[in-house]
Amino acid sequence: MAIELGHFALVLAVAMALVTAGLGLTLWRGAAWVTGFARQAAILQFVLVGIAFAALIQAFAVSDFSLALAFENSHSDQPLIYKITSTWGNHEGSILLWVFILTLFGGAVAAFGRNLPRDLLTLALAMQSLLVAAFGGFALFTSNPFARLNPVPIEGRDLNPILQDIGLAIHPPLLYVGYVGFSVCFSFAVAALISGRIDAAWARWVRPWTLASWLFLTLGIAMGSYWAYYELGWGGWWFWDPVENASFMPWLAGTALLHSALVMEKRGALKIWTIFLAIITFSLSLLGTFLVRSGILTSVHSFASDPTRGIVILSLLAAVIGGAFVLFAWRAPALSTGGLFAPVSREGALVLNNLFLATATAAVLVGTLYPLVLDAATGMRISVGAPFFNLTFSILMTPLLVVMPFGPFLAWKRGDLLAVTGRLAAAVAVALAATVIAFLLSGFEVPLAALGFFLGFWVMIGALADLADRVRAGRIPPGDSFRRLAGLPRSAWSTAIAHFGLGMSVIGIVCASSFSTENITTLHRGEATSLSGYSVTLASEQSLAGPNYDADRITLSVTAPGGMTRDVSSEKRVYRASSQPTTEAGILTYGLSQLYIAVGDPSDGGHVVRIWYKPFVLLIWLGAVVMAMAGALSLTDRRLRIGAPARKRHTAGAVE
Amino acid sequence: MKRLLTALVVLCALVQPAFAVNPDEQLDDPVLEERARDISQGLRCLVCQNESIDDSNADLARDLRLLVRERLVAGDSNPEVEQYLVDRYGEFVLLAPRFAWHTLVLWLATPLVFLVGLVVLVLNMRRPANLPGTALNKEEEKALSELRGGGKK
Repeated sequence: MAIELGHFALVLAVAMALVTAGLGLTLWRGAAWVTGFARQAAILQFVLVGIAFAALIQAFAVSDFSLALAFENSHSDQPLIYKITSTWGNHEGSILLWVFILTLFGGAVAAFGRNLPRDLLTLALAMQSLLVAAFGGFALFTSNPFARLNPVPIEGRDLNPILQDIGLAIHPPLLYVGYVGFSVCFSFAVAALISGRIDAAWARWVRPWTLASWLFLTLGIAMGSYWAYYELGWGGWWFWDPVENASFMPWLAGTALLHSALVMEKRGALKIWTIFLAIITFSLSLLGTFLVRSGILTSVHSFASDPTRGIVILSLLAAVIGGAFVLFAWRAPALSTGGLFAPVSREGALVLNNLFLATATAAVLVGTLYPLVLDAATGMRISVGAPFFNLTFSILMTPLLVVMPFGPFLAWKRGDLLAVTGRLAAAVAVALAATVIAFLLSGFEVPLAALGFFLGFWVMIGALADLADRVRAGRIPPGDSFRRLAGLPRSAWSTAIAHFGLGMSVIGIVCASSFSTENITTLHRGEATSLSGYSVTLASEQSLAGPNYDADRITLSVTAPGGMTRDVSSEKRVYRASSQPTTEAGILTYGLSQLYIAVGDPSDGGHVVRIWYKPFVLLIWLGAVVMAMAGALSLTDRRLRIGAPARKRHTAGAVE
Repeated sequence: MKRLLTALVVLCALVQPAFAVNPDEQLDDPVLEERARDISQGLRCLVCQNESIDDSNADLARDLRLLVRERLVAGDSNPEVEQYLVDRYGEFVLLAPRFAWHTLVLWLATPLVFLVGLVVLVLNMRRPANLPGTALNKEEEKALSELRGGGKK
């Protein structure tokens, strides 16, 4: 009964969305009641899809196997948390989650958009509803999550064991909030194109949505990376897998959007480009979510690849993205260009940032799709793997990181590069000193790492120098400087913190990729081996039974160079329902570094043990978390609170 | 082909707890072993997703790792080993695509996008002076010259 109720709610939501879209797009110039209707309809859509999603979760939670989806993707022995996460660990459920978040954002725009110009709000809500109708309709007609089974099976088939992890509870929702949040920017961009209302105020309305989406996408990607790192059992944290690339592209484009919208908001320039980026970013999000599901890319992430679905998805993508670009090509030339600026200025620096980020986005897009296109066109099969992306990215990111600290120092309109260089001289010196020290400590082994160290330290110290310069540290009494520090606008803080976080990630990446050590050996019980000063002894092995799996647990005791001994265990699990095996790596954290141990098959009475020492690897993800925190701080900035009341509350809504 | 590939991917996942590089595969000569690891990192496990044979646990990856070491022991140089594998499995096996006619677009796309972007920027930077609306029109010029004190006319 509850399932039918959910199904019915989804149908109603899609019908509601269709009506809203139709009314809004035709009558947006019209009376106030149209806007009022669109707002209430957006909130109603959220409630209806919420009911549908809740019905689905409930069926999974109580293991109702009359629901085909629950039968195929869960098992009654699973712990409750994994029963619930199984809801979106499959194609149909994840699409419903996607639509649910879409309506969440639509509802949020309706709830907090009271101060927006009426025509813009109506159009944006109509666009948002059009998306709900399209993708909700896609769920209903090609991937209905509410299909029932008769007779009812006694037991379910279990969720893919790799997905039975807390990571599935966190990673997809975060990522989807990020992806889908950009739909708001997209809807506002289309609304602006239709109504012709594009000004600095537009950029200010859109900014909180961009920020919120960006910060969730940052967290989602970082979380996914860490999940892959500890779950897949070979210590890698980024594989340039097509699906990872698909999530990385909207992030790159979204980061560019964040920066170009800043120019538009402050100076009224770059309007056309910002609108273009808003459309591109959401298009890439769509590509990220749906290309994966179309079956064109085979990957660990593709739960279902059904060719008919693929065609529907591709047509939908073509309609949404193509339609937006046609509109763009038609209307954009009519837009006025805004404020002027000299090449050396804050605007100029942000434009340069956009050039590099847009190129990087294009590089990932080409690298991901090229093998498919080449195969389709000529039948030749090639691989584009990590070496290609690593090379391209190091070439593109090096100059970007070099110029990054200059940006916040330059004045708007016309900057003085020479003076800025003078103010940054101390930062250069400190960064160089830090690089030399790091290089000495690392033992000169990898010359290229010195460049990486410098870039990382330079970005971090450059960010601190920006704060120091703003409070005139060293030029006025320290007490006054501290007082100024407290009074700095939050946007200044968040710029510095976000840039600092990126520097942290860079250092982490350099350390983990240049100085990781590895030891592969066979250990018998009581036998010891060592790696980078850590001594590892195979202490015991035992068999144990988990809730829905049997495991061999190998416990190792690890003595750190300081003499402290800790135990860690690595498991090899076999899940009963699917008899599919997984490995659970044992990870010990020492400060920011980790010792990563995976135990393999028994070989002549012992076990193959693979041990990595990964210095400062945690910085990679901590840096991302710091960046996301900076985004959250920026959301609370005064200019987004004043004159746009209740905006700040929307984060709380988006966490959900 | 697709079904075969799917089957292989599933197979790849099933054999997971078996291991990437095992101790019994490693060569005694540390220099050769180092080279073998280097080469392995650039070779794709054919049945996996963008995974190198050095990281992969699939049986096929193990076979390829052993093959690489065999060729190294036989005295092949690194490029010779790679060529040997390309001859057998096609260019699909290389994670870094070669620079050739069929990959021209792939390799040149990024620099091209960057250059086009740069050119557009430079042109835009130089344009504002001539933009309509930024220069003074006749009436404004006249008003200005009047303000300046009558002028010569």
